[in-house]
Amino acid sequence: MEIPYTIETRHDTGLYNAKLGIWLFLASEVMLFGGLFASYILLRTGASEWPHGSTYLNIPLATLNTVVLIASSVTMVMSWASLMMNEFKKFKIYMGITILCGFLFLIVKYFEYSAKFEHGYFPSNNTFLAIYFTLTGLHGLHVIGGIVVNSYFWGAGSKMWFFQPKRFTNRIEIAGLYWHFVDLVWIFLFPVLYLL
Amino acid sequence: MKSTTQSNNKTHHEEHSELNFWKKYIFSTDHKVIGIQYGITSLLFLLLGFMLVMMMRWQIAYPEQQFPLYNFLIPFGVIGVIIMFIGGLQPKLNTVVGVCIIALTGLFWYLGTGEERMPEGIMLPEFYNQLGAMHGTIMVFLGVVPLAVGAFGNYVMPLQIGAPDMAFPKLNMASYWVYFIGGVIMIASFFVPGGAANSGWTSYPPLANIATTGQTWWLLGMVFLITSSLLGSVNFIVTIIQLRATGLTFMRLPFFVWTQFITSFLLLLAFPPLEVAGILQLMDRVAGTSFFMPSGLVVSGQIFPATGGGTPILWQHLFWFLAHPEVYVLILPAMGIIAEVIANNTRRPLWGYKYMVYSIIFLCFISFIVWAHHMYITGMGTKISAFFQTTTMIISVPSIVILSSLFVSLYGGSIRFNTPMLFALAFLPMFGIGGLTGLPLGLSTSDIHLHDTYYVIGHFHYVVAPGTIFALFAGIYFWYPKITGRILNETLGKIHFWGSFVCMNFIFFPMLIQGLQGVARRMYDGGQQYAHTQNVLYLNEVMSIAAWVMAVFQVFFIINMFISLRKEKQTDTNPWKATTLDWTATTSPPLAHGNFETVPEVYCEAYEYSVPGDAQDFKPQNKQ
Repeated sequence: MEIPYTIETRHDTGLYNAKLGIWLFLASEVMLFGGLFASYILLRTGASEWPHGSTYLNIPLATLNTVVLIASSVTMVMSWASLMMNEFKKFKIYMGITILCGFLFLIVKYFEYSAKFEHGYFPSNNTFLAIYFTLTGLHGLHVIGGIVVNSYFWGAGSKMWFFQPKRFTNRIEIAGLYWHFVDLVWIFLFPVLYLL
Repeated sequence: MKSTTQSNNKTHHEEHSELNFWKKYIFSTDHKVIGIQYGITSLLFLLLGFMLVMMMRWQIAYPEQQFPLYNFLIPFGVIGVIIMFIGGLQPKLNTVVGVCIIALTGLFWYLGTGEERMPEGIMLPEFYNQLGAMHGTIMVFLGVVPLAVGAFGNYVMPLQIGAPDMAFPKLNMASYWVYFIGGVIMIASFFVPGGAANSGWTSYPPLANIATTGQTWWLLGMVFLITSSLLGSVNFIVTIIQLRATGLTFMRLPFFVWTQFITSFLLLLAFPPLEVAGILQLMDRVAGTSFFMPSGLVVSGQIFPATGGGTPILWQHLFWFLAHPEVYVLILPAMGIIAEVIANNTRRPLWGYKYMVYSIIFLCFISFIVWAHHMYITGMGTKISAFFQTTTMIISVPSIVILSSLFVSLYGGSIRFNTPMLFALAFLPMFGIGGLTGLPLGLSTSDIHLHDTYYVIGHFHYVVAPGTIFALFAGIYFWYPKITGRILNETLGKIHFWGSFVCMNFIFFPMLIQGLQGVARRMYDGGQQYAHTQNVLYLNEVMSIAAWVMAVFQVFFIINMFISLRKEKQTDTNPWKATTLDWTATTSPPLAHGNFETVPEVYCEAYEYSVPGDAQDFKPQNKQ
């Protein structure tokens, strides 16, 4: 007996296994980042003073990063859509751009971090910097995870297209859902840390 | 249709018989092997956690006296190991378990010696604190939850819903190994300088922030355990929603599957906030932040260099947001097992099955908004206290519905008093005591008096030890024939049951009495300094002796597990005459993906016992 619903959807739930799995995983991720945002609120409301984000952080760089991430989410959808339209070469291009955008985000983040360290801003300086480094650090780890997964599907993992195209398309769809989530977290992080 | 599945099955069987030992038994992706791995590992951890608390109980009963048999620890350990080996010389499995028991004995010997732990066999206060923290952590996170969810859930749940395996077999394997690594990190922390975590199983800051290196290891171990339960719970929910057999609607699910389903949601959504807390505390300890450290704190006569702004209360909120639902993670699978055993052994359908299901769904929602009833004495204000008191009283309603349903299910049944049923019957009053003693703790007025006394310990242990662990014993006795093909010895089982049942009450009931008198918990020296508790301190001796006697009765269980393996394999696939799908699969199903000869289809409710007009007194779910 094979495990059913790895490719086709189950008739009464309308889902294939992996899609339900990724939504559940994302639900737990919402609780993870939700817990961190809740901690941020509690720390900020309990603090006697709280710096404005722009006194420490570089807003133009972060805006650039926001644009980069949103662009990568668009190309992620395009890569899935290319597979749905049976155009494997286009998939390779769009997925490649997504991965590059991920790297670009990390590079910008690296310059941001190193600028902080040069100015002597460390997590131990104050609670604002502590929560900034924790939140963006954890988000950065999620970006790295997404890049690893996407690179696998762009490279070695893409062989699956030639013998199980449907399953491969599904894989890209759930990788996309994860990538959009990472993007979404940044869209919350940007105003909360930089602008408020 | 039938012939194709059978031929498929055959090819699969052949394919899997080629797997080598490592792929078949160690790095297996088969849910049954993973279930057994979880079972053995968690039982060993339970044994270790129990050993730790017996050392603590010795210290409380006979403060600052030398450990008994201190000079005989090694010879006794060796004799114990030899007895274990003679118990049953089956190859492979027994060798693995035997090696684990030798390692456990070695660890116990290591802990019972050493200048920084027990010089000349007299326990140091620092070591007592380590034992306390590690007993709680090991029992809850490495013992009971992996046994209830990892072992029983993994082995039984896919069989009960007629699935060939879990939805994600590789994730399932990863979940076990991540749990294993987390456990190893926890235990290894005993060997780092300064010893293991020593701030209680709650790891409360600011104490935990300034504790020794072991606390960092504890946090790392917790992150692994949280990851493991995340992988497991995603897998469980997807499996239950997607892989149910044809005709097995949600309201036809066995109650055990329902409890696993709800438990998985609790694990999925409640654990991430603890992970947040763990990450923040790691940052505090490693990167010098002060999320949980208030400024101006004096440590060892000097002001602690915290950057300010943090609050220890934040930890408590994040921690209890997990740790209250965690109580239901412990108790729900236990209730599921009890429901299976009671329905089977009374030969009647469960009374109020639907209301039990609605109750646990309601319980799941409410359990997320009661966490602050652990925090009344943090001074969080009467209005917030009122909210959490109300929700706490509301959450007792579904528990009472479930327990009452189980009690009513007994009415008019022709009860078979076999060992699983005895454990199940004992669960009902024991969990009842545990639940009812919880009510005074849910109301802030009485909680302020009882908080951090032995009353809390007594209440909590009534829920978990004679409650959950009795249910897990019932489950082991109940499903052992399915897993191994052999029924556990009834006489040894009954000795084990009665011994444990009597001793449990001698251990935990005196705690309630002591607590009402005001004996504080977490104290190294039994509260000798309190004049008003002198008249109940003798109970420490009663409890400690009962704990050691209970250890003796657990030996009957361990021996039973081994010698019953050597019995002749039974041919009957359904020795208890049960209705659920797990009993229609072959006895000890082949270790490959695919549990059933043919794809099962379901035609009736989960517990169709004693249906009027039927020839048999039970109607399996796959019979039309």
